Amino acid sequence: MDALEQLMQAFGNTGGDRAVLADSSTAHLVADGHTILSSRAIEGVEVEAQETPSGISATVRVRQGVRLTNPVHLCFGVLHKKGTQNISMDVRLEKNASVSFIAHCIFPDAEQVIHTMDAVIAIEDGAEMHYSETHFHGLHGGVEAIPKAVVSVGKNGGYLGEFTLVTGRVGRLAIDYDVEAQENAVVELTARVFGHGNDTIQIKEKVVLAGENARGLIKTRVAVEDEASAEITGITEGNAAGARGHVDCMEIVKDNGVASAIPIVRVTNSLAKVTHEAAIGSVDKRQMETLMLHGLTPEEAVDVIVKGILR
Amino acid sequence: MPLLEIKGVSFQVGAAKILDDLCLSVEEAEVHALLGTNGTGKSTLAYLIAGCEGYRPTAGSILFDGRAIHTSKIHERAQLGITMAWQEPVRFEGISVAQYLTLKNRALDPAPYLEMAGLQPARYLTRMVDRSLSGGERKRIELASILALRPRLAIFDEPDSGIDMLSLRDIINVINACKENGSAVLLITHREEIALIADRASQICRGGIVCSGSPEKVAAYYKSRQCLTCDTEGCADGRP
Ligand SMILES: Nc1ncnc2c1ncn2[C@@H]1O[C@H](COP(=O)(O)OP(=O)(O)O)[C@@H](O)[C@H]1O
Ligand SMILES: [Mg+2]
Repeated sequence: MDALEQLMQAFGNTGGDRAVLADSSTAHLVADGHTILSSRAIEGVEVEAQETPSGISATVRVRQGVRLTNPVHLCFGVLHKKGTQNISMDVRLEKNASVSFIAHCIFPDAEQVIHTMDAVIAIEDGAEMHYSETHFHGLHGGVEAIPKAVVSVGKNGGYLGEFTLVTGRVGRLAIDYDVEAQENAVVELTARVFGHGNDTIQIKEKVVLAGENARGLIKTRVAVEDEASAEITGITEGNAAGARGHVDCMEIVKDNGVASAIPIVRVTNSLAKVTHEAAIGSVDKRQMETLMLHGLTPEEAVDVIVKGILR
Repeated sequence: MPLLEIKGVSFQVGAAKILDDLCLSVEEAEVHALLGTNGTGKSTLAYLIAGCEGYRPTAGSILFDGRAIHTSKIHERAQLGITMAWQEPVRFEGISVAQYLTLKNRALDPAPYLEMAGLQPARYLTRMVDRSLSGGERKRIELASILALRPRLAIFDEPDSGIDMLSLRDIINVINACKENGSAVLLITHREEIALIADRASQICRGGIVCSGSPEKVAAYYKSRQCLTCDTEGCADGRP
């Protein structure tokens, strides 16, 4: 079985739709380690990827006013037990473009795999981007994943970012996202991660509301069990009149898990407003009791609550 | 033998005696209304019967089917068929209405239960049981979920609170449907007109039952406000 077939099988196993790669109206990019296995550009969307000495360098451009109905699919993986994958991505949405990305990062058998992603994303005025990234790191806890992104969102633009790692082990995860929003722009960052064993989770997300009436939401949902730990930093700055930001962090701690949340809110304009809420600890007692009153065992009740917040 | 028998239950927190030597029984498939004004100990009694954490009688016993249950855990009592709808239902992230009604029995069709509670299934099944629901909607979903459970004893803690007068009919329908399913219902309320749908009623005042009997009799006594005026002598003095 060749690498593409293997990766596609893993992609299918983690909920991906394999048919999209054969579809000539859907743009995609697939890479195993530092080898590009497949890529497709479509009308209005340029996808260029090259293998460089240090990894993979990819550029995606969505032309002005292009509003895609089919999402662009990205699939990055390391099929071997050991390996390194460094990806640098440069994404630009020209004015009034609109596109969704569905990214899968898959390391099914990883025992010692390092995956880094350095993304620079420019969303021009009036453009909207939805980026959803799902990770599967296998069952050994042998992945070190370091996704970084610097995102700029122009006037009236939008960026919706979602990160999900809720099946299998995490290994070590260190997310670092930095988003700046101009006038009337809307930013929403959501991360959902479930840590087990000795997994360590670090999430740092920053939203700078630089333009008037810009809006930002950082939502984090994390559960840790066994000896896993999580440190979540949500930073929002309100620097212009009418800017509204909110940081919402919920972490459920089981067993010997350790979780912390550091919300940092900073306002430099008296007409801006940023709020935050954080709930960290064991499962809510009232929720537990309600589910048990509905006939669930304590174990089943915890499971339903944790799955719910990670959904 | 009554299905539920509360024998001389007291519940004290620090110096505060919240329930004092309370006696009450609920028969199989009976709707029993518990009437009382705010702060008389209705919810506390509900938590003691359901077995919520931190609620164990400081004196007395609670029997279910003749077996003492007052030291059992909440899920153990739920396995016996005791359930409760909180006065303020709890919200959940990421759990749909459909999932919520089928937590225990995944094969169940939840639609008829929502309809019974006055909610259109098509509009609600995929909604989340989270903050996006209004208080009244959440309350109806809770009632539907209890009906779907077919418990042996359902405790409804003020099912009518937060529900407008026009919608009271739906609440009453759910309670009647529970009874038709063979469930006994302990119906907690502070409105005498709700108590009138019961088979029997009791009035609670300051942590004790002060009057029991037909709903008409108890409602009339409750309405007369006699118990509330009996100040320091203790409510028992005001028994009709
Ligand atoms: N854990 C507690 N500690 C101290 N006082 C309590 C506690 N729980 C309830 N109470 C008091 O007991 C009384 C009865 O409360 P509750 O059962 O909620 O009344 P009801 O449901 O009839 O309105 C109230 O005065 C309330 O403040
Ligand atoms: Mg109450």
